[in-house]
Parts: sequence; structure tokens; C-alpha cells
Amino acid sequence: MKAGLHKNKKGKSDKIGYLLVSPYLLHLCLFVGFPIVFCFVLVFHKWDIVSEMEWVGLTNFSRLFQDKLFFKAILNTLTFLLVHIPLQLIIALFLAELLNQKLKIRGFFRASFFMPVVVSGVVITILWDQIYAQDTGMLNLILAKFGMPKMRWLTSPELAMPSIAIMATWKNVGLYIVLFLVGLQAVPKYLYEAADLEGASHWYKFTRITLPMINPTVYMVVILSTIGGFSLFIEPYVMTGGGPMNSTLSAVLYIYNQGFFFYHMGYAATLAFFFAAIIFAVIMIQRKVIEKESAY
Amino acid sequence: MKKLQQYSLLVFWTVLFIYPFLWMLSATLRPEREIKGFGIWPSEVSLYNYAQVFEKIPILRAFLNSIFVALVVTVAVVVFCSMIGYALSRLHFRGRDAIFYIVLFTMMIPFQIILIPLYILMVKFGWVNSYLALIVPWMVSALGIVLFRQYFQSIPKDLLEAARIDGCNEVQIIFRIIWPNSIPTLITVGILTFMTTWNEVLWPLIVIRDTHLMTMPQLVTIFAVGGQAENQLGVQLAAATLLALPVIVAYAFFQKYFIESMATTGLK
Repeated sequence: MKAGLHKNKKGKSDKIGYLLVSPYLLHLCLFVGFPIVFCFVLVFHKWDIVSEMEWVGLTNFSRLFQDKLFFKAILNTLTFLLVHIPLQLIIALFLAELLNQKLKIRGFFRASFFMPVVVSGVVITILWDQIYAQDTGMLNLILAKFGMPKMRWLTSPELAMPSIAIMATWKNVGLYIVLFLVGLQAVPKYLYEAADLEGASHWYKFTRITLPMINPTVYMVVILSTIGGFSLFIEPYVMTGGGPMNSTLSAVLYIYNQGFFFYHMGYAATLAFFFAAIIFAVIMIQRKVIEKESAY
Repeated sequence: MKKLQQYSLLVFWTVLFIYPFLWMLSATLRPEREIKGFGIWPSEVSLYNYAQVFEKIPILRAFLNSIFVALVVTVAVVVFCSMIGYALSRLHFRGRDAIFYIVLFTMMIPFQIILIPLYILMVKFGWVNSYLALIVPWMVSALGIVLFRQYFQSIPKDLLEAARIDGCNEVQIIFRIIWPNSIPTLITVGILTFMTTWNEVLWPLIVIRDTHLMTMPQLVTIFAVGGQAENQLGVQLAAATLLALPVIVAYAFFQKYFIESMATTGLK
């Protein structure tokens, strides 16, 4: 009797289970599965959506490998990451350490640092466009007060991408402060107490206890900022349009232009496909490097 | 002494994060010629810039569009993902674990690869220039499923068994037993989804061309980039302020929830 009931319940459970996950399966097939499969189809075609699809074999790939602008866009994105990630890690860790003490109104400080995270990137970009303005911008006026020369934050090809990276750091660092705070609070206190007994310096405690203990958080922050950096779009789109001299053209912005400005659907899909492979490779490399570091 | 040093450092950084917002707000209230430098005390206050924004673009309509889209997506994600998360954590059926691995796998796929084909799909469906394109593809989220599944696993088995004995079916269990016991996760997934949808710009830029259907960040972007603002800084900044205001107000009231919710993206 009992076994029968169980069996019956299980059969019913099967049906209701499938029923409950059916929206997911439908969504998966339509909006994830199909696009991925269709991307594979598109890379072998030339298509502007309006006319017939035209089979072009590997032409898109040979075009990609000769496309200097695309490689410039990838290089620009890497420049962004090169400035953004270290800056993000250092500032986030520094402020998280600062907040990880008994302080009054700690919550207020945390909330202030976090504020740019919740505000739309469009707002941040329009605001920083003014902060970076050459003659009237806040930043150059502050520099001038200290007798320093004005910088061409957004108009010099060398400085424009780092400027965008600094802005992105300002916007996102609050999230990483919170993540590091969670990590820091999980480090057992007795480790520091033991080190104090031995008379260890601040720096020693930081490098030998804190850093190894929060290594998983460091990894997470690096990965999240990398993914964020590879999605860079709205900042250059609003601020510089990819200029000056394509120095802030990000890969996503280039794919967007190819797809939705020129309607080169096949080629844009090829670019996206190749770019996704690069993202994957970079994240795998980061994982290897950080795992190696934590082996100590 | 050390405390003083700490506090002054913290105040310095707080100013660094907050002051630009205050400056922006004050700039929008000033006449054009006074918007420079880093002072924030206006000599005269006027709402001229805001009037200009309302005159030039349908910002109110865009605000309502954004609210509508973000609300529908959020409700859908919370309902669907809690159903799916429940099935994947508390029911037993063939292929359950395989489905969960697929969910995890899809979280690793870069969105760039989906973008072009998904747009083409919208074209084929005839959804370009309609709310459907803004809503339907985002009604299920892998992160939402993972968060719900994780939380539901901690709900005591006895609770569910008792409900079954009382004659609840599985759907009733989800909404009457599971939901009231999962408020924190409902809030987390809700805030995360709402914020992501509210702030999304790239997708609306691709699928919406009709000004009256644009979302608020999209409209403000086009206003700033497309030259409609005619290089008037005050007007551009006023549009940006209007876009930021609802989120900042919500954040002021619920900052703890915002911070905790967004920190869970770290779980990825």
C-alpha cells in the first residue's frame, strides 16, 4: 500500500515537474538554443536581413583576419581591462579594509560608495563627460589649482580609453567593496591574533593572511570586471562614439556598428563568435594564473 | 589619532563618490553660462532645463515604458524562476539534474554571441518596435533559477509534506508555502531583475526605433548622442538627472536590500 502510494506520487511528481520547468525549456530553445545554432549558420553567410541569405563559405573569417579595425577594437578592450582591473582591485580592497573596522556610520560610507553602482551607466557617462571636459571640466580645474597642465582626457587617443576605464572603476568599485567586505569578514580573527603575538607588521599580515584567505573573492572580482569590460558599449557610444581615431572603439561597439548600422549580419555574427571565443580564453587564462597564485 | 585618520580618509572617498551627483543636480538648476567649475551653489535657481527636456522629448512616456517593461519582466522572472527553482530542488523527475547543468552552462555563454541572431528572431516574429521584444526574451533568468533553487533547498521537508497532507497541490505549495518562507530571495531576485531591466540600453537601442516606445535610458542616450539637446549641457544633465532620480530615491529607502541583492551577483 505504502509502496504503491509512493510510486503513484512519483509518477505525478514527474508530470508536474516537467510542467513547471516547461517555461524554461521553451525559453531555452527559443532565446538561447536557437540563437547559438543560428549564429553558426550566419558565420557562413552574407545577409542584410532584407534580401536572400547568400552562402559565402569562409569569406567572413578571412575578412575578419584582415580586419585591422576589429583587432584594434579588441586591443582597445584589453587596454581598458589593463587599467580597469588593477585599479578596481586596489581601490576596492583598500576601501574594504578601511570599512572592515569598528566605525560609526559605517553603513553610510558603504551606501555612498555603492551609489554609482545602482545608477544607470548612461547617467554616469553624461556626468563624466562634463567632469572630463577640457576647459570647463571639474577635473582640469582641480589640476589647474595645483598648477598642473590641463589634460585632454577624452580627446587624446592615448588617454581616452584609460579615462573611460577610470570612470568605469568609479561606477563599479562599490560592488567590489561589498564583495571584499564579505570576504574579509570571513577571515578567522585568531589568525590575526596569532600574528600579532609574533609581532607581525601590517604589511606582513595583509600579504600572508588577508590576501591568501580572500583569494576566491579576488578571483571573482577579476572575472566579473573582465566580463564587464568585455561588454563595454554604452560608455564609448555616448562619450566618444569610438573616437578619437578609433581609440575607444570597443569590440561590442564595433559589432553593433557592423550589425545595426551597416546591416552586415553574417559578418557581425562572425565577429561576435570570434570575440566570444576570446572572452572564454581570457577567463580560462585568468583562472589558471590565479589558481597558481593561490597554490602558495 | 588613528581613528581620525581613518575617518578623514573615508570622508574624502565619500565626497569623491557623492559630490559629482550633487554637482549634476545643481548644474541642472543653473543657467547655461554658470555650468562650469566645481562649485555647486547656484546664483539663481530655475527649472528651465527641465522644461526644455519635457518639451523636446517624450520623457514621461519613456518613464512609463520603462516602468511597465521592468515590472512585467520582474514579475515574470520571479514567478517562472521560482516555479523552475522549486521543480529543480524539491521534485524528482528524470532529467532534472541535466536541466540544472544546462542552466549553469547558459550562465557562461557571453551575451555577445546571442545578440545578432536574437535580433533576427525578433524581426522574424515581427516584434521589432514592440514591447514584446523588450519583455519576452527576458522573462526567464538563469541566475534567478539558481538563486531560488539554492534557497528552496533549505526549506524543511516537513513543511512541504504537511501541506501535501492538507491537500495542497504543487502549485499551491509554491505560492502558499514556499513564497512566504522565501521573502529575502524574492526581494533579491526582484531587485536584481528590475535594476538590470531598468538600466539596460543596448538591447532597446537594437529593437526599438519608435520614439514613443523607447525606454528611459534609451531615450536619454539618443537625446545626448543625437544632437537633440543642441549642446546645451544643462538640458542634457537634466535628462540624465530625471533618469537617475527614481533609482536614487528607491535606493535611499531600500539601500540595504539593493546592496545585498547586487552582491549576490558575486555568486556567479
